[in-house]
Amino acid sequence: MSSQMNSAHVIDVTGFNHLLGWLGERGYRIVGPTVRDGAIAYDDLAGAGDLPRGWTDEQAPGHYRLRRRNDTALFGYAVGAHSYKRFFHPPWEALWHARREPETLQAQDEPSSTQRLALIGVRACEIRAIAIQDRVLLERDPQYRARRAEVFIVAVNCTTPSGTCFCASMQAGPQVSTGFDVVLTELCSADPPVFVVRVATAAGREALTAITHRAATETEMAVAESALRYAAEHMGRQMPGADLAPLLRRNLEHPRWNAVAERCLACGNCTAVCPTCFCTTVEDTSDLSGRALSRSRRWDSCFTAEFSYVHGGSVRPSTRARYRQWMTHKLATWPEQFGTSGCVGCGRCITWCPVGIDITEELAALGADSAA
Amino acid sequence: MDVPLPDPLRPRIARVRSTHREGPEVCTLELETDQDPPAGFAPGQFNMLTAFGVGEVPISFSGDPAEPRRVRHTVRAVGAVSSALVRLHAGAPLGVRGPFGTGWPLPEAAGRDVVLIAGGLGIAPLRPALYQLLGARSRYGRLTLLYGARGPRDILFRRELDAWRTRTDLTVEMTVDHAARPWHGHVGVVTTLIERARFDAQRTLALVCGPEIMMRFAAEALGAGGIAPEAIFLSLERNMHCGIGTCGHCQLGGLLVCRDGPVVRYARVRDALRVREL
Repeated sequence: MSSQMNSAHVIDVTGFNHLLGWLGERGYRIVGPTVRDGAIAYDDLAGAGDLPRGWTDEQAPGHYRLRRRNDTALFGYAVGAHSYKRFFHPPWEALWHARREPETLQAQDEPSSTQRLALIGVRACEIRAIAIQDRVLLERDPQYRARRAEVFIVAVNCTTPSGTCFCASMQAGPQVSTGFDVVLTELCSADPPVFVVRVATAAGREALTAITHRAATETEMAVAESALRYAAEHMGRQMPGADLAPLLRRNLEHPRWNAVAERCLACGNCTAVCPTCFCTTVEDTSDLSGRALSRSRRWDSCFTAEFSYVHGGSVRPSTRARYRQWMTHKLATWPEQFGTSGCVGCGRCITWCPVGIDITEELAALGADSAA
Repeated sequence: MDVPLPDPLRPRIARVRSTHREGPEVCTLELETDQDPPAGFAPGQFNMLTAFGVGEVPISFSGDPAEPRRVRHTVRAVGAVSSALVRLHAGAPLGVRGPFGTGWPLPEAAGRDVVLIAGGLGIAPLRPALYQLLGARSRYGRLTLLYGARGPRDILFRRELDAWRTRTDLTVEMTVDHAARPWHGHVGVVTTLIERARFDAQRTLALVCGPEIMMRFAAEALGAGGIAPEAIFLSLERNMHCGIGTCGHCQLGGLLVCRDGPVVRYARVRDALRVREL
């Protein structure tokens, strides 16, 4: 058994389809990448046919386009605007509702979904992001905990980093090393592609046993390894250094914050696409009679004026202060609060910033002209 | 299956037992809960109070921790939710989550002099600490309360303050920013009382609660009087929503104020409080 845990196998596209079928039969809701509105989104998959077959993406600061590949690879792209965050920590959710009668008031929890979830094509940066959200929410948030309870992860080693990726310099990827049931490396040297498979859990082993597979050849393993090496060497961006907290703490009044504030629109796109940003706000509502009461929770952004509001005004009225809050939280105070960096190097905040602000460039600028 | 933990995001339903008007727009609500045994609290901690259909706000306990069945909160009507809370009548339901946050370091105060410095509504979160200090009076050295309010009408807990002023084992000094009606006391900001107060800096613990700017200057005045930053405690105010450190709103640098505060050692936040808009 343990040899199967450590050894590499190969499946083809039919085998991959069988893997999805096996998960479906076991009651998993299957979610993964698919093409929607000219971008790669995460949504329900009916089968491998829903994956972005033959597509890749072109990413740069403030720029995202889908492009055709000259093969039929299923995972030949990097990450889009969606992350798996939305499935565990949804953009909006009802928390409770209550009914006020003349003599009584009864509050009830909203029913929480407990369907088993299978995530397909999960990259190393996504797995790191899930681990980070676990650190923040798993012990404290019962809704999050319920959604994380039964999850099967089919990870994919990333061999096609985008122009805004920097997971290698955050030590988050491109190779998946933990937090999965099954991990695939897509070999595009064959067309249609084949997948080198490794399993890490009993559930993963059970899945592999159920589908047609064979042992990987030495050549296939070498090709998979060199594809990962290539990816690590072809990241579009790089974060300068790993321990960024002291640099940021020294430079809270650096003039660069003024410069970035002149470009930043405080739109909050970076916080919406970030796979680790966890901030939320709640809203209470009632019907016109005042009898039906409810509370919901939705994602919030530290770029809004209301975010830091205490009576009398916002703690951070300026865009300068809000950008500084976001970046220093991500890279300096997150480790203080949760024992891990809040950044995984996925590059989404760079790609989806409407004015192309680049967190790696901003940090390098602080470092280049740092206060002593 | 694990036994599900109690949901920290779902309020318990309590009722207002009585209300007491303290001053303009300020009201103390005494609550009745069916919680048995009552949750209890440490002086300095807060509850999240829900005005149903309006919203939820953090409000410090202002009652006596030795009477856990008499949960009291003193609220000033400043926004939609606090205004709705102040308008509640006896018998009205409200939602309660908590207690949350850190309390005043009263165990650390044993054997020492304690000076409590309150600005405005900041007297409310300090009142439970004072009850506890007076409740075990022999355990502590000299006790001093310095209290600054906007004007004579804005002085809260007036009757209690008058009673405390007659005690020989507690020094109470009050000041107002400006006095429009006959007032024989001090006029000036509360920091001026610190300069006049006599205390032994080496053995004093200072508990400070009020507007942030007042706390900064109070801490500096205490420092100038020789009290170490490690012996000064502030109760911070930030936009606290969840109470459990997961909504992100109440950050001050690395602090999640709802979880690591509201009561913090001045030494821990001195630098952060000097950075504008942190």
